[in-house]
Order: sequence, then structure tokens, then C-alpha cells
Amino acid sequence: MRYVLKKTATTLITLAVVSLLLFVAFSLISGDPATRMLGTGATPERLEALREELGLNEALPIRYVKWLVSFVQGDPGISYVYKQPVASLLSAKVPVTLSLTIMSFVLVCTIGFPLGIYTGKYAGSALDRAVMVLNQVIMAVPPFFSGILISWVFGMVLHLFAPGGYVSYTASIPGFLGYLIFPAIAIALPRAAQLAKLLRGTILEEAGKNYTRTAYSRGNDTNGVLFGHIIKNALLPVLTFLGMCFSNMLAGSLVVERVFNIPGISNTLLASIGNRDYPVVLAAVMWIAVFIIVTNLIVDILYMVLDPRIDGE
Amino acid sequence: MEKKRTSPLAFIDRLPNPGLFRMGALITLAVVLLVVVGLVWMPYEPTAMSPDRMQGISAAHLLGTDKMGRDILSRVMYGSRVTLMVALGTMAIGAGLGVLIGAFAGFYGGVLDEIVMRVMDGLFAFPNVLLALVFVSIFGSSTTHVMWALGIAFIPSFTRVVRSEYVRIKHLDYVKNARLQGASNARVIFVHMLPNVRGVLLSNLMIGFNNAVLAEAGLSFLGIGSQPPFASLGQMISEAQEIFFTVPSAVLGPGIVIVLMVLGFSLMGEGLRPATKGLD
Repeated sequence: MRYVLKKTATTLITLAVVSLLLFVAFSLISGDPATRMLGTGATPERLEALREELGLNEALPIRYVKWLVSFVQGDPGISYVYKQPVASLLSAKVPVTLSLTIMSFVLVCTIGFPLGIYTGKYAGSALDRAVMVLNQVIMAVPPFFSGILISWVFGMVLHLFAPGGYVSYTASIPGFLGYLIFPAIAIALPRAAQLAKLLRGTILEEAGKNYTRTAYSRGNDTNGVLFGHIIKNALLPVLTFLGMCFSNMLAGSLVVERVFNIPGISNTLLASIGNRDYPVVLAAVMWIAVFIIVTNLIVDILYMVLDPRIDGE
Repeated sequence: MEKKRTSPLAFIDRLPNPGLFRMGALITLAVVLLVVVGLVWMPYEPTAMSPDRMQGISAAHLLGTDKMGRDILSRVMYGSRVTLMVALGTMAIGAGLGVLIGAFAGFYGGVLDEIVMRVMDGLFAFPNVLLALVFVSIFGSSTTHVMWALGIAFIPSFTRVVRSEYVRIKHLDYVKNARLQGASNARVIFVHMLPNVRGVLLSNLMIGFNNAVLAEAGLSFLGIGSQPPFASLGQMISEAQEIFFTVPSAVLGPGIVIVLMVLGFSLMGEGLRPATKGLD
């Protein structure tokens, strides 16, 4: 329990530091937001009034605290370009990006685990060697490229879905998931290959240890040793990988959303970077950061569940 | 290579998996050749437009032309150069700074080490594409900025391995011996210890290079980095996606070069790993 508390405290500190760094960085570059919103032709009085309204006349630390409080409350400021609350620009898009990431994550696990365990068990066999080479090839294909190939094969040749025909989750949940499965495959493939390769490696490493020999000598068969003893230990490094994998796929979905015309946060974020619309960029990046940092906390806690010795340290 | 004389390539046969290594080396050689030839000769100017738009594969245009009539092969040659340069630059920045930070942190230890490593952990948790997006939105979008952003994003992976090696070897006899002989800390760190981390450094460089290529490709696909009309491989694919059915080579050409660039290195890396036997 001490471990969980310690990790939660570290997580809160990390969140504070990351939000402070991002806020300061974006505040320093954004120049005068009032001039940006009203244009250079605005009268000094109007500029001053807007600065007062946006709270820009206050000191940076006070602005940071105010921004943080409103970010936590779900209102991270007003877009310079659209002059709308940032929350209303992003709120409909966040669930789309998150669904895509979670779906890819589920696919990574369902493909990667069986493949990793199988190739670990039968390492050196013909199938294992074939999978190994195939894994290298799959890991070399960037998801946006495989995404184009997938929409060609499954969309244009096999007519399983209509490329570009995104179905909103408000219109039809099955239609939404049915469309997302193809980009999710594109995102998941290289990660699943990585997972399989990593799991195979950790299984083989554990297989060489003394406790494995002991487990055999007590009369277990291969499956008994593998599933009863080896897997649990082999999973520890895999857990760390899965945490990083989730973060990377969240970023990766920004790229793949482009390929499949999915209205997630990608287009808004990139357009805002292009327009120098900093409140939107800051909110989107901070939002992704929160997800990544919380994911890491979950990984740390799961680590303790798998290896309770950590708690005592 | 099969001669009895010791050829400079003889080391390949002593590798755990010479077949994979050779395949990887050949692929890498082909990609490097494409880039090197592109330095001195390209079939057309990569930015030159012509009225021959969206042509398929022909003798005049070996990979066809894009929707502005630019020769795709020339653009692939130029784009591979950009991607390769960014990846190499990223590795130089990431490995250079990463080794330096890792060596000092591991050698001196203490509070400084603790602080540095927590910062590295934080940096490591962030996807490199996201870090690069933050970086370019602050400093502006250019190839150099992408290189620096990715370089910084790659520092933690080098810092970690180098630091743990330094922690491991700093109590070994040869290090103590060097210090007894009066070598300065700097001399011990760089002259005596650094050569002994090259093994872990090499495998990290190979993985890092591949990740850098993929990250650069993803970013340029999003339109970040090299600006039009200059080509980068990811950006070419992004522009060509809508004409994929008319000119498949406009997508396949740059796509396959990315795949080969990554595959060559990863197969070479696999060739260095010892073969393994299963449980049965």
C-alpha cells in the first residue's frame, strides 16, 4: 500500500511539473493573445479591455494556477482562432481518438500474446523462424502506409468497408466500431509484432533459470511449467512495454486518423499548431499528457500486483 | 566472401546468424545507393513540374509522375536523403547528449544522478511524435527543428543504458587501476570506460535509427518538417494518397523505401543475436 501511495504522489508531482512546463512554454511564445484575437488594427482601449477580460494582466504564476483550475474543471480557455471555448472544440473528438487507441490496444494484446507464447514455446521451429522474419517486416511498415494498403485491400477490393465513410458514434455504435477496426489494425500490427518478439524473448530468458528446472523436476509437463511458472515472471517486462505501447499508440492514432479521415483530435491539433492557436494546442497536449501519466500509474500498480515484493521496498 | 583468404567481410560468417545479417546489409546498401546516386544524379529536378501529370510507370518516368507532373523516382531519391539525414542527425544528437548525460550520472551517482534520471523517466514516457509536435509548435516547423525535437526525445534511451553500464563497471579493477595511476575523472570516463559501453550503444543505435526513420516519416506525413515543394517520404505518401488508384507507385515508391530503410537495419541487428532454442 505504501508503494501505491508513493506512486500516486509521484504521479501528481509529474502532472504538476508537466503542466507548469507546458503552460510556461506556451505562454512565452504566444506573444500578446489580445492582439492576435483582435488583429493589429484594434484600438488600445479595446485591447486593454480584452486583456483584462482574459486575465492577462496578472502575474504568470497566478495565470498558471487559474488555468490549471479551469483545466481540471474541463474549461481550458478560449481559442484565438475560433473564439470558442476550447472544450467545445475538443470534447466531441477526444472519445473518437481514445476509442481508436483502446481498440488498437485490445488488438495488440489479442494478436501479440498468443503469438509470443507460441513462438516462445516452439522457438527454433520452422514456424517460429517464419514468424520472426515476418515480425521484422511488419515492424518496418509505418501505420500510415499500411493504413493506405489496408483501406485499398479491405475497402476497394473486398468491399468490407467504405474508405472515408466514417460513421459517428452518435449515429451508430456498431457502424463506428466497424469503421475503426481497420485503422486500429494498421496501428496495432507493428506493436503486436513487437509484443510477440518481446514476450518470446522473456519466456526464453525465464526458461533458462533454475526455478524452471526445478519445476520440471517436480514432474510438470511443458505446458505446466510454461503457464504455471514462466508466464508470470515473463510478464513483468511486457507490462512496461504495454504501458509505453498505449502512449505511443495514442500519438500514433494522430497520424492514422489522417489516413482514414477520422474526426479525432488530430486535425484540430494540427490545424491549431499551423494557426498558432496556443490554447487549443496546450489543452490537447495536456490532455494527452494526463492520459499517458495516468497510464503509467496504472502500469506501476499492476506491476505490484504481479510482483508484491516491490511494496516492501 | 567464400574465399579462404581473410576478406574484410569474413566477420559476417562468425556472426550468430550470417544469413539475416547479409540480407539486411544488402537492403541497407541498396537504400544508401539510392541516396548516394541521388546526390550526384537524379533523372529530373525533384521539384520540377511538367504537363505529364499522374503518368503511370514508363521508360521516361520509372515510377511515374505525381499530380503536379513531378518525377516520382527523383522525389523518392531526394526524400530518402531527407529522411536519412534527419534519422542520422537525430541519432547524433540523441546518442551524443545521451551518452554524455548517462556517463556523468552513472559515474558520479548521488543526488544529481537521481534528479537527472527522474527527468529522463518523464521524458521517456512521452511518445517521440508528441514531443516533436510540442517542439515544432513552439519553435516552428522545419527539418532542423524536427531533427532536434526527435534527438532530444531519443536522449533518455541512451542515457539509461549508458548510465547502468557505468554504474556496473565503475567498481571494476581496471577503473580503480586507472584512478590509482592518477588519471583524471574526465580521462577515466571518456578514455577508459567509454570504449567498454560500445556494445550496448551499438544495439541501441540500430533500434534508435529505425525509430527515428519511422518517427520522421510519421511527422512528415502530418506535414511537419520538410516544407513543400521539397519532398520527404512521408509527405509524398500523404500527397499521393488520393491518387493511389491512378498512380499506385506514387504511394508504393516512397512507402517501400521507408520499409526497406528500417528493415535493412533491423535484419542486421537480428543477425547479431544468438539463435535460441525453445522449451520442447
